[in-house]
Amino acid sequence: MINIRSTVSFKEIVRKQLFLPIFALCLMLVINVLITPSFFKISIQNGVLYGYTIDIINRASELVILAIGMTLVAASSRGADISVGAVSAVAAAICVRLLGSSYENYAISPILAIIICLLVALLCGAFNGFLVARLRIQAMVATLILFTAGRGIAQLISAREINGKMVSGQILYVRMESFKSIGGFLPGVVIPTPVFIAAAFVIITWLVLKKTALGMYIQTVGINPKAGRLVGINSVLVIFFCFVFCGLCSGLAGVIAASRIYSSDANNIGLNMELDAILAVALGGNSLSGGKFSLIGSVIGAITIQALTTSLYAMGVTADQLPVYKAIAVILIVAIQSDELKKWRAVYRLHKQTGSGVAK
Amino acid sequence: MDSGVVLSMTKINMTFPGVKALSDVDFVLKRGEIHALMGENGAGKSTLIKVLTGVYSMDSGTIQLDGHTIINHSPEEAQKEGISTVYQEVNLCPNISVAENIFIGRHPLNKIRAINWKKMNKRAVEVLATVGLENIDVTKTLGDYSVAIQQMVAIARAVDFNCKVLILDEPTSSLDEYEVEKLFAVMRQLKQQGVAIIFVTHFLEQVYEICDVITVLRNGELVGRYAIKDLPRVQLIAKMLGHEFDDLSTFHAPEYEESTHTGNADIVHAVGLSHTGTIKPFDIKIHKGEVIGLTGLLGSGRSELARAIYGADSPDKGDLYFKGDQLKVHEPIDAMKAGMGFLPEDRKEESIVSDLSVRENLIIALQAKTGVFKLLPLQKQNELADKFIKALNIKTPSPETLIKQLSGGNQQKVIIGRWLITNPDFLILDEPTRGIDVGTKTEIQKLVLKLAGNGMTIMFISSEIDEMLRTVNRLCVLREGTKVGELKNEGLDRVRVMAAIAGGKL
Repeated sequence: MINIRSTVSFKEIVRKQLFLPIFALCLMLVINVLITPSFFKISIQNGVLYGYTIDIINRASELVILAIGMTLVAASSRGADISVGAVSAVAAAICVRLLGSSYENYAISPILAIIICLLVALLCGAFNGFLVARLRIQAMVATLILFTAGRGIAQLISAREINGKMVSGQILYVRMESFKSIGGFLPGVVIPTPVFIAAAFVIITWLVLKKTALGMYIQTVGINPKAGRLVGINSVLVIFFCFVFCGLCSGLAGVIAASRIYSSDANNIGLNMELDAILAVALGGNSLSGGKFSLIGSVIGAITIQALTTSLYAMGVTADQLPVYKAIAVILIVAIQSDELKKWRAVYRLHKQTGSGVAK
Repeated sequence: MDSGVVLSMTKINMTFPGVKALSDVDFVLKRGEIHALMGENGAGKSTLIKVLTGVYSMDSGTIQLDGHTIINHSPEEAQKEGISTVYQEVNLCPNISVAENIFIGRHPLNKIRAINWKKMNKRAVEVLATVGLENIDVTKTLGDYSVAIQQMVAIARAVDFNCKVLILDEPTSSLDEYEVEKLFAVMRQLKQQGVAIIFVTHFLEQVYEICDVITVLRNGELVGRYAIKDLPRVQLIAKMLGHEFDDLSTFHAPEYEESTHTGNADIVHAVGLSHTGTIKPFDIKIHKGEVIGLTGLLGSGRSELARAIYGADSPDKGDLYFKGDQLKVHEPIDAMKAGMGFLPEDRKEESIVSDLSVRENLIIALQAKTGVFKLLPLQKQNELADKFIKALNIKTPSPETLIKQLSGGNQQKVIIGRWLITNPDFLILDEPTRGIDVGTKTEIQKLVLKLAGNGMTIMFISSEIDEMLRTVNRLCVLREGTKVGELKNEGLDRVRVMAAIAGGKL
């Protein structure tokens, strides 16, 4: 009986929240196939998988990770963390700076470098979390600080000795071949590494939320913090945790992005990613005003955005025109999900049924 | 008889999801009358006013102003019709000048259509004079003046809108005695000028000092409209809380056995508990297994005392002993872990987590008590949910139904279930039966007696005296943040309770 009940509720959730995000993604893929017949074709070139779909999933990895963090922030604090892109840049800069630019060896162990830069990203998240949860500053305003300061910090970290003087704001390179495998391929593996990282990250997060009461706490704090407090939930701690977690996500995304280009480009790593992450959460059918959330929805949202980007490139849209087409597609997807529009449609249908006599 | 009627509201109906806020309420207001609108929280006073001023749109009914029917869609529209409201919190802008506040949105203009400051300031002085405010520098910012003056300015602004009906919503709660007198002087002056005033307050003395007529609402229904001289204070309380005075003489208090509880150990013992502005230092001893009632009018400190004990609003001073040990409560979780439960007064704001399921709403308190890392297994959650849905007779299609889809009474049962699941030693129920149907009310009252019979200690707060008399062993009466009486056994009858609540002269 219990099983029946849980499947019913699962169906309900799917019907309510996930149907439209999945529909949007499928629609996108279908359009792609119509325009580019080879869209689903996957081949093996140079010993690795190659194709549009692989490219989409690969490129979406950072966005998926960021969207997961953003989902929890939105669910608990009813706001958004707009510093994720900048924090990614900081983490990337630290990682690359620590590793050094030698062709022979790393300056420090790569594992240690990654741990340190993730810790710094956590710290950035903790800073945001303190401002939002403890000082009750609006999330958008609080994270605006690192949004602007973050890239400056990343520039300061990206310093290199030129003519005996440390000059900041340089693009630092990691020359060791093995560093590329984080954002590229592990030897002998045909699937890109970022896909594994993102998948593992999503699964671990999902398990943590499922095996602890954290998911319930986050939703409660997002829906009714006063009630949450009276039943003994420490809303400050819950919101703080979500921001710290979001910081970790930013750091991880930053490391992957740095590895892809085996350098730290403080100006471009994670640029505008915060907006895509927020969009991914919204596309996933999640409310940005707190409460119920679906991790899977956000993951689908992130992949949809990347699919959109990749397919527009496939259609020959140039990078500088891309935002325009992306905006048009996003408007359509978001409008389909709008409750208000659903109401209009219902009213329209009602008028149609009752005949033109009722129409004003 | 009906001559001089400026405003009449007839058969006003208003429904919020799941709650009938007003049902067939009539309200008549005459020119030059100060009319008190009385009722406890949730009686429908503010809903009626909001319908009148266009904040809410009513389901059905008619509003007539000066004989013609009006429908207001917004407070601005109401103001144009001549209905102005001054709220408890002055809603003017404290950072611009007094004159600007009075003329905001309708500044007098000069030839080049810029603000004519000279004219505006001169007019402002005139307007203020109509409410008896003199020697005010209208060019100073409003925030420089006291709340009382600000309130007068708000009234002056309202009156300047060719005001026929002035609504004063709890205007005196932030004023001291002298300021109240000043406000009353203005009200009397406006009355002379023929303005009809609706006065909402919970200070009985003030009602009897200034008002001519009282309309009493209870549970969204009209109780009646009375001339002030025909309605002594105790009767007013009776009307507000739900009893006809005639009943009182024939009522027999239920027989309680001589309390055996006094021999039991104290479960709660508060010494000098206080919270600035709401409760004055308070001592209370609650014995194990008793049902103690707290009563008093709104603002008497009844809820605030309960909140202080639970740590919902932590007390400023005083010591709390729970089960014999001193308990420092910083956050509700401390009280919960010690074995308390608390059902707050405002179900929608502070109890239900609307988008979560009935199951989740039921187990959330136990989950919080257990800790975040020890998730209750789903099977255990379902068992608990099923058990309490059955035990409390909660009408829900499934445990997975969202709680917001249930009726108010069933929502409240879920919240009670939430606390029973934590198995508390001491449970505070603040207005557990407000806004729910009679059947459920009786169920809850019976449940309280049953729980107490099983050894749970319960603090019961209600504005319905009948309910209190049926359920409590001992009743503390509060007024203005202090305990003014304690009734038990033969002392527990309505006349005494009401007399104690009303205080002062009967």
